[in-house]
Amino acid sequence: MSTQAAIRFENVFYSMRGDTILKNITGMFPEGQITTIVGPSGAGKSTLFKLCNGLQSPDAGEIMISDKPIVDYEPIELRRHVGIALQQATMIRGDVMENLNLPQQLQGKQITEQRAKELLEVVGLKQDILHRDSKDLSGGQRQKLSIARTLVNYPKILLLDEITSSLDRVSQQDIEHLIQKINKKYGTTMVWITHNLEQALTIGNYTWVMMEGEVVETGESSLLKDPKDKRVKQFVKGEFE
Amino acid sequence: MSYLTLSIALIFVIIPLVLSKTLRLGLEKDTIIAAIRSIIQLLAVGYLLQYVFDAEHMVYIWLMIVLMIGAATQNARRKGSTIPGITWKLIVTFVFIEVLTQSILLGLSITPATAQYIIPISGMIIGNSMVLSILFLNRFTSEVEDHQDETELILTLGGTPKQAIHDQLIRAIKASTIPTIESQKTIGLVQLPGMMSGQIIAGADPVRAVQFQLLILFLLLTTAVVTSIMVGYLSYPTLFNERMQFVRWKRRGERSQ
Repeated sequence: MSTQAAIRFENVFYSMRGDTILKNITGMFPEGQITTIVGPSGAGKSTLFKLCNGLQSPDAGEIMISDKPIVDYEPIELRRHVGIALQQATMIRGDVMENLNLPQQLQGKQITEQRAKELLEVVGLKQDILHRDSKDLSGGQRQKLSIARTLVNYPKILLLDEITSSLDRVSQQDIEHLIQKINKKYGTTMVWITHNLEQALTIGNYTWVMMEGEVVETGESSLLKDPKDKRVKQFVKGEFE
Repeated sequence: MSYLTLSIALIFVIIPLVLSKTLRLGLEKDTIIAAIRSIIQLLAVGYLLQYVFDAEHMVYIWLMIVLMIGAATQNARRKGSTIPGITWKLIVTFVFIEVLTQSILLGLSITPATAQYIIPISGMIIGNSMVLSILFLNRFTSEVEDHQDETELILTLGGTPKQAIHDQLIRAIKASTIPTIESQKTIGLVQLPGMMSGQIIAGADPVRAVQFQLLILFLLLTTAVVTSIMVGYLSYPTLFNERMQFVRWKRRGERSQ
């Protein structure tokens, strides 16, 4: 496994309104790999993503993105480098094409219909939905479109926050394949927060287990089969049963 | 009209009082307070204006305008108290709109530069600007809260703060100015504007009263649109920090950390 870090954390702390959300986070997401993050709700997983994308800044500690301190990035440059897709898959008003065009529109450019169709194909959506109103899409279609929209910026790192948790099993499998496909096709570093330990184990190369704002265990995803930490053992047992 | 005849008009205060008492509406106290306050406040303003008109000194005009802007700021500030620096943002808006309208009115000799014209027109301009800024701030605050997802989405895709808040800002500007524009479409059909009615009752030529009313209506169009745009563009940058992060405004009563 490559040990080059796409994102590296050194003693990162973050608190909000007096509550500590992240405590002394140290670790890394390996470049070009699929890392899965698991842990109970309230472990600080989503907040960690917001720090990586520059939507929030840590109170202390350092985050290195592609070997460059995060504070040295211009916010806009950082957000195009580190893409993020969220569980709610927010759509702007308008059709699929307008949503795919959004990242380009923000730069005063226009996406070509050709490229839009290519992106739909990459994420496994039919090209004839290009002019369908985004309100009429299913949950799975919205998630795929949300990922396709993030790909418009050609991110080197893609963060996926619980994107399958509200989907049925078939749509979940579709997204799992999609994550592997994007990782192979573009060499994109993928970091995926999931509730599903089975997914974390089969899709991930590398896994982080987070609890109460701390990183409890990290390593190759097979660690989930035989965790060393007592709390992780309990968590894994509860989830798999 | 003498004070004696005016005091007979107090019948119109007694009617709601009797009705409120009989039907136990509980409006007596507020009705009495409203009646007493309006008597005291309007008589005081009347004598003050008479003094200012007689004195014919620019200092008094300035003083009256400063008072109006101070009172309007104090009132509107409470609605937008969670926005950092809202006080000076409102002051800048009110001063700008007053300077803009009066320089056009006086500069092009539309109205004479006397207290009799400057003070009442300033009162209407600043008063309307105050109402508009309250309408705008209410709407903008709820737009921002209801559409946080969209704001965050645009930031994550590498948009600027201005792009991230653009739609909410435009919706709030439109929503707050629509009542002014819409009400002007039906004006005169159902009810005559208060100022025009007052002039006609006081014996002015109706056509001349209409001319002044039209002048005021046009002024209010400018006031409405300029106020919403100014308060909006002065306020939205405080939603973001220098790292282009969405910081949100504290809700009213929320502790600062």
